[in-house]
Amino acid sequence: MSTTTVALPAKLWNGGKSPFNVEYGKLMMWYFLMSDAFTFGAFLISYGTIRFSSNGWPNPNEVFQSFPGLGSGLPLMFVSLMTFILIISSVTMVLAVHAGHNMDKKGVVTNLIFTIIGGAAFLSCQAWEWTHLHAEGAWWGLNPFMNADGTQSSTNFTNYFFTITGFHGFHVLSGVIINIVMLIMTLTDQFEKRGHYLMIEKAGLYWHFVDLVWVFVFTCFYLI
Amino acid sequence: MSEVVHVEHSNDGAVKEIWKVTGILTVLTLVELALGFYMMKLTNNKAILGIKGTIVILMMVKAFYIVGYFMHLRHELKNLIMTVVVPLLLFVWFIIAFLYEGNSYKNLRNTYDPYKKAQTEIKVEKKEVNHGAEKHKAVE
Repeated sequence: MSTTTVALPAKLWNGGKSPFNVEYGKLMMWYFLMSDAFTFGAFLISYGTIRFSSNGWPNPNEVFQSFPGLGSGLPLMFVSLMTFILIISSVTMVLAVHAGHNMDKKGVVTNLIFTIIGGAAFLSCQAWEWTHLHAEGAWWGLNPFMNADGTQSSTNFTNYFFTITGFHGFHVLSGVIINIVMLIMTLTDQFEKRGHYLMIEKAGLYWHFVDLVWVFVFTCFYLI
Repeated sequence: MSEVVHVEHSNDGAVKEIWKVTGILTVLTLVELALGFYMMKLTNNKAILGIKGTIVILMMVKAFYIVGYFMHLRHELKNLIMTVVVPLLLFVWFIIAFLYEGNSYKNLRNTYDPYKKAQTEIKVEKKEVNHGAEKHKAVE
């Protein structure tokens, strides 16, 4: 990195050594992800607060029980598929980052393509699920499902579900776009010219974060 | 960037570690799902609560493996780990405080707002939600 040093009083730190032994961009990616973790955390905790303050809540196994092509009565099945798709795409992303460390362009390209396919598959699953729930009459402000104890439910459940999975899905979409940009940059030899594939590493951090958030969303909405 | 020294990780070891962590994450997810299926049959509230607690713990373990190995945080300098992890400790307060607050609000309302409480106790008729609402007509 060329040294565009801002004129600082001589005593203050003027660079020269990276305090965390990582490049600037990666450090900033970590800080961004930390702030994003607080955003998602606030969403999920708000969901938890409302759920704890309600006398009744719908049973997720009754709400999410359909599988495309197989009909209904299959709780947890479809969401397991989505979870595994995301885990696998996370693995191919690590492999891409790893190939980048070895300056292995072919490995980066292959694994990035797999990751993009995984992301697109996840988004398709989510699109199907949303369409399906919408057809059942669920949407923001509409909740056709009753509480687990047979009482009338409020719309809190669907509001939180669509807001949080929607926010997560939007992150997945951004991640897929970032990965496509990375793929184009790799194919046009941008990283070869730079001499390193550190950019893939930053995209990878973002992608793993998306997977991480899904671990929490999946647990909070579908399992417990 | 030239100041960034790249710690060389041995190649074989790194790939082996990736697959090992993949295996662990898969097994943890399968255990979570097995617990989820098992929980559906239970009626005892205490047992359900216990299983939910177990699932939350497994979730934290999964998060640790993703952040530690896939995001590589475990292999970073300790200062970097601390600058990321320490602020996240706020969540400990955040979760306890807000869930406690939600629960306390429920209890207060049930005590002092009998009308609201009665309203939430009215059973409704089971509406038949049309699960096969779309074209993919189920194999009924």
